[in-house]
Amino acid sequence: MSFSYRAKRFLKDLFHYKSAVVGIAILLLLIGISIYTVTAIPYDRATYLWQAGKGIWLDNPRNALPSWVNMFLPKKLPETIILDTAKDQRGVTKIVVPFGKTMSKVIMEFTFNYKYDDFPSEINLFYSSNFTSAPPQLTVYWVKPNGEKFKLKELTLSEKGGYYISNDEELVKMFTNYIREKLGKEPDYEVTPEIALFAKEDESILKRETVSPMKGEYHMIIEGMLFEENSDVNTKLIVYGKVHGMAGTDHLRRDLTIALLWGTPIALSFGITAALSIAVIQMIVAATSAWFGGRVDFVLQRITEINMTIPFLPTIIMIAVFYKLNIWTLLLVIVALSIFGSGVKTYRAVFLQVKEFPYIDAAKSYGAGSLRIIFLYVIPKILPTIIPSLVLSVPDFVFLEAALAILGLGDPVAPTWGKIIDDAFSAGALYKGYFYWVLEPSFLLILTALGFALLGLSLDKIFNPRLKEV
Amino acid sequence: MAEDRVLLSLRNVRKWYSIRKGVFGKMVYVKAVDGVSFDLERGEAISLVGESGCGKTTLGRTILGLEEPTSGKIIFDGREIANSDKKLMKWYRRQTGFVQQDPFGALPPFMTVKRILEEPMIINKVDKKERQERIYRALTEVRLTPVENFLNKYPHMLSGGQQQRVVIARAIILNPKLIVADEPVSMLDASVRIEILTLLKELQRRHGISIIYITHDLSTTRYFSEWIFVMYAGKIVEKARVEKLLKNPLHPYSRALLAAIPDPDARNRFVFRELPPGEPPSLIDPPRGCRFHPRCIYRLKGLCDEKEPPEIAYEKDHFVSCWLYAQER
Amino acid sequence: MGTLQAVDGVSFSIKKGEALALIGESGCGKSSLAKCLIRLLPRNVELFKGHIYLDGVDLMKLSDEEFRKTIRWQKISIVPQAALNSLNPVIKVGEQVAEPLLIHKSIDKKEALERVRELFSLVGIPEAFVDRYPFELSGGMRQRVMIAMALIMNPEIVILDEPTSALDVLIQANIMNMLKRIKKESNLTFILITHDVSISSELADKVAVMYGGQIVELNDAENFYSSPLHPYSQKLMASVPSLREDKQPEYIPGSPVSLINPPKGCRFADRCPFRMEKCSEEPPLIPLKDGNYVRCWLHAK
Repeated sequence: MSFSYRAKRFLKDLFHYKSAVVGIAILLLLIGISIYTVTAIPYDRATYLWQAGKGIWLDNPRNALPSWVNMFLPKKLPETIILDTAKDQRGVTKIVVPFGKTMSKVIMEFTFNYKYDDFPSEINLFYSSNFTSAPPQLTVYWVKPNGEKFKLKELTLSEKGGYYISNDEELVKMFTNYIREKLGKEPDYEVTPEIALFAKEDESILKRETVSPMKGEYHMIIEGMLFEENSDVNTKLIVYGKVHGMAGTDHLRRDLTIALLWGTPIALSFGITAALSIAVIQMIVAATSAWFGGRVDFVLQRITEINMTIPFLPTIIMIAVFYKLNIWTLLLVIVALSIFGSGVKTYRAVFLQVKEFPYIDAAKSYGAGSLRIIFLYVIPKILPTIIPSLVLSVPDFVFLEAALAILGLGDPVAPTWGKIIDDAFSAGALYKGYFYWVLEPSFLLILTALGFALLGLSLDKIFNPRLKEV
Repeated sequence: MAEDRVLLSLRNVRKWYSIRKGVFGKMVYVKAVDGVSFDLERGEAISLVGESGCGKTTLGRTILGLEEPTSGKIIFDGREIANSDKKLMKWYRRQTGFVQQDPFGALPPFMTVKRILEEPMIINKVDKKERQERIYRALTEVRLTPVENFLNKYPHMLSGGQQQRVVIARAIILNPKLIVADEPVSMLDASVRIEILTLLKELQRRHGISIIYITHDLSTTRYFSEWIFVMYAGKIVEKARVEKLLKNPLHPYSRALLAAIPDPDARNRFVFRELPPGEPPSLIDPPRGCRFHPRCIYRLKGLCDEKEPPEIAYEKDHFVSCWLYAQER
Repeated sequence: MGTLQAVDGVSFSIKKGEALALIGESGCGKSSLAKCLIRLLPRNVELFKGHIYLDGVDLMKLSDEEFRKTIRWQKISIVPQAALNSLNPVIKVGEQVAEPLLIHKSIDKKEALERVRELFSLVGIPEAFVDRYPFELSGGMRQRVMIAMALIMNPEIVILDEPTSALDVLIQANIMNMLKRIKKESNLTFILITHDVSISSELADKVAVMYGGQIVELNDAENFYSSPLHPYSQKLMASVPSLREDKQPEYIPGSPVSLINPPKGCRFADRCPFRMEKCSEEPPLIPLKDGNYVRCWLHAK
């Protein structure tokens, strides 16, 4: 009866505060995300993905915004369109027609509907083929909705490669001439391949402000020759959009959701472990100091005072600069430096008070030893002081880890929120206008802090009035 | 006189606290208890009476072993307790119980009554089954029944009187031979006081426990104890059987205490009481000779202010430390 | 939770220079009654009505501001319970006692402190203590300071709420001596609130016993202490341990009645040894001589 009664009373008090309810809701959400992330994407896989090795992310656009921003924008940004002859998809056709004894003619066609108000960020055509000595040859054509057909390029294939249409300057030149002929004038800005392939071919194309995509059905027709019997070729057209996924992508085309999701359990476990271990150890140090008094107290207090004058952040930064720390070693260092902190002084003051309580005397008189008194009689009395400050200190450590990561001193492989911001700054995100890249991790950091702060402040309100009776 | 009737014996017990005046100053001593000797028989109750600052609480705590005496002997059941080894102290703790002034403060607020009563037994390795029985018995004896109603309550759910009963139950749970009760009823309502004191008296009679009852309220000592010890400025100035002291207080201080306590009487409002002037002395620098002499109207110049009076056996069961009685008999 | 009916229909009258002792245990409503008289009620007060006549003037008709300006501390003052901790630790006691004077009367500080010195000698504090801080004073001295503070404006009525409960016996007796002296010399009217029956007899001309928010007996001291009428008063007297008489004190079984949902009928009935059928009906005030009364069916005719 006793524990559940107390628990129920306590929860009733807590839920009385709306801020506590909000705080707990936030924390439950974060915990839920953590659990999901840890089970759905194992850590090894996450770090592997985040290392962005060869070609893992190639299907993603660079620096794409989250796809839900389209709900709020008047001009719809394009999503990525992927058409692959190796997959069974609508809008993809591949016909192989034998031609002669060993050769075959291959015709691949990609069809898609383009309905967006903005141009793609990139266009790539990837191919893979198998042959022994004679590489296949392909010719790539492009058909716009208005029926205009362009020959883009002739390719001689290797086993694996790509036609990086966005880098094709010939295409730009060809197109500019085409426009000059058609409209009599040239566009007054640098035309890009994306614009060339997608723009409306009227007066609007001449000015950067007015150029807009032609909406409708597009075709890419690839005609090629296979020279060997067992030759085959597959092509993949990727028309990269400007939006991707829940969180967008970064400069390495990595989907940010992985790092944002994984940042959650890392932030929570880092913050909570740091706050908890520091509070517990400080409490034990304070208890020992207050209980035994005399020389023990003297020594411990002087150590604490000296440690408190050493500036914490510069020390951590120094250590992180000299030693490449992984995130758990960093945690250990932070805890070690924080143990003899101001908490020791505060808790010691409370211990000294509680030590004088009559029931402590009574315990001594029926034979309780020092250890028992400290753990069973004193600590339960001071837990109400410790718990709110413990909860409130968690965000400090979450922010600390993020700050160190932003300074480039954090764990180089762990996908944390701080690391995202670090990458963003290094890539000049704010200069280039990729605000989402910085805002998303920042938002999660602030949300975490908010959750703990709301909960901690409500706990403070509940626990501290009782302390006043002391 | 059978030696083994005596349970507790104090011989010249002193408890001095050292304080350093200032950072580099000299050491001064607060002589809270300065030479106390008495014998307490088994099953006997004595009231230790005095005003605040006279050292009675310190004496009580020293007897319990919560303070180490600076000098002197404390002999319990034939064994020397003062400055003894841990094993003996552990044994001694089982023999003594403590009832404190503040019933709420004496109980850990986060433990249930059941747990509070279990603690002394857990520490002293009483086995589980026996614990249950003893808890039941103790709560029944202090009349907190039905027992089940109280086991799971927390201290703040009980009234002052009930809390004090729990404190008493805890004090007797190890079947001690001696209980020190320091102002056990002064924080309780007037009507509850008699209940609690009656309860302690019953326990004393039933189990033959010796009780040292520390109080500043003389009026409660009459029914409660066989002896009254009057304490002033760290010393016991008079020891007597209750009836003898109340009928014939010898020490001027005892007389003043008795005169100061009214019985309800409508004539009191017209009567000015005779009281000794001044206040109790500092324990750091007590007066020379008899400590009460600065306030005493009967003081003998050259004697009371020079030499400390010895303990004089005035009559059977009546001792006083006062020069006024040195020549008589 | 409910309404706590702390004071439920209390009536009495005192003559000038008389001392009334209001006796009751904790939770009987006596402190609340004191707060009513000086109008220092907490914010959650729901009902506060009735009449308080001082020199023929109904104080209840005054607004809070008028009460503060004219009555509180000047006509009626109070020495509150646990007064030992009521002093501001960082201000000298002389200044604290002088404060009411400086607030209500336009006299300068020097004059005020003179008056304080007079009062200090009246209540038995050495004049030098005017410049001391509260922590330098013993408990008895602090209590005297609080009494001086209550007297500084020359009030007509002084309410003393448990004036000696935390003090040692000799100091207690000293203070009662001092109060007796002041009463004799200045003809002040006292209302002494206490749970200690013995102490009440040191000052009381009249005694009112409170139980469950009501006065159950109001009688002259001579009558009360020798033969209390209400069963509760009798039990109260019986529970006082006596030093000089050979009397076994008895205790009152049961616990004080709840003020949140007081029972119907006589509130003491549950604990009363003389309980009758009639006691389930609220007993009326049975008048005795000289404006006294007792609230008990046993004395109804």
